[in-house]
Amino acid sequence: MIPFILTVLLAFVLYLLLTAGSGSTGVWAYSEILIGLILACAVGVVARNFLCRHRNYRMINPLRLIRLCIYVLVPFFVEMAVANLNVAYRVITGRIRPGIMRVRSDLKTDLGTMMLANSITLTPGTLSVDIDDSSGDLFVHIINIEEGEEQKALLRAGELFTVSDLAAWIRRIAE
Amino acid sequence: MTEIWFIAVSFLVAFIAIACIRLVLGPTPPDRAVALDTINTLIVATMILLGVAYRQLIFVDVAIVYALLSFVSTLYIARYLGGEL
Amino acid sequence: MIFEAVAPLLLAIGLIFNGMGMVGLLRFPDVYTRLHACTKTTTFGTIFTSLAVIVYAVDWFIASGEGQYIMLGLHTVIAVFALAVTNATGAHAIARAAHRSGVHPARAVVDHLKGAKQ
Repeated sequence: MIPFILTVLLAFVLYLLLTAGSGSTGVWAYSEILIGLILACAVGVVARNFLCRHRNYRMINPLRLIRLCIYVLVPFFVEMAVANLNVAYRVITGRIRPGIMRVRSDLKTDLGTMMLANSITLTPGTLSVDIDDSSGDLFVHIINIEEGEEQKALLRAGELFTVSDLAAWIRRIAE
Repeated sequence: MTEIWFIAVSFLVAFIAIACIRLVLGPTPPDRAVALDTINTLIVATMILLGVAYRQLIFVDVAIVYALLSFVSTLYIARYLGGEL
Repeated sequence: MIFEAVAPLLLAIGLIFNGMGMVGLLRFPDVYTRLHACTKTTTFGTIFTSLAVIVYAVDWFIASGEGQYIMLGLHTVIAVFALAVTNATGAHAIARAAHRSGVHPARAVVDHLKGAKQ
């Protein structure tokens, strides 16, 4: 029952965001609110098993959501800017030394692994390629491996980032 | 001041043409998929800018739907290339 | 007023990064390095061109007081958010499919994934 209510709430809030300013009475027209409720209930019936698959409701905690906003706006955005300057440098000079390496993440949950893989893709010099399902290790394509690094059997997730340790941020948000 | 939107849009259209070169040349199928994904992203950016240039909100709504649908199509192409479909 | 000072700068930054991505798409040797160039630069460039749109919307809302400009900014934020989340996942899917279909990284010094498959 709780996953159904959460899915309906999420769909309804998204619908209201997309139709704000539609009516003269207040902000929303009554018809838009009615249709939004009906559609949100339909979405909830169809998709109730996809959100909260493991019946774990830790992401409702507002502290985690505030941390998520701070994470996206400050450390993640800085890393993205560094990543783009890095790509511009590699495009101009053509100096690359690529390879695929195993990265140990130590994250247990699906959401944490997904956020780490997306962060790795958008941060400097790294691109997540595949995942080892049994151990949760990621396989990461690195565009410029330092001399001697390729001898190591695996890397820690924190070593991939240049400015701040995004893996520790994700552990605090999602676990 | 509306000219700068059209100038930016013409630059983006030139970038789409460059990506089309890779779409035609691409030696392997994944290269073509990368070029297609890039073209989709640039089309979303172009639609947002055109929505401001013509002052029509509907362009931005279409851009949202286009972004989500192109994501689904990219996932299906990727599954097909990986031999899982 | 804010718009005329800031928006051309934001548009120029976005277009420069998009252009870098296109040069990388043509110049890099294999599919993984091309993904590096395209995913990062087009996501970041689109965020900047859309920031110019948001600045424009805020500026016109202050000047005219019409609600539709706030709607323009809000929808642009939603579009950029959808794009930023889906772009990284799409790149991940293409890279995985490329490795499964037997395309190996050119000039690679190490490939742990190839060893793990066997």
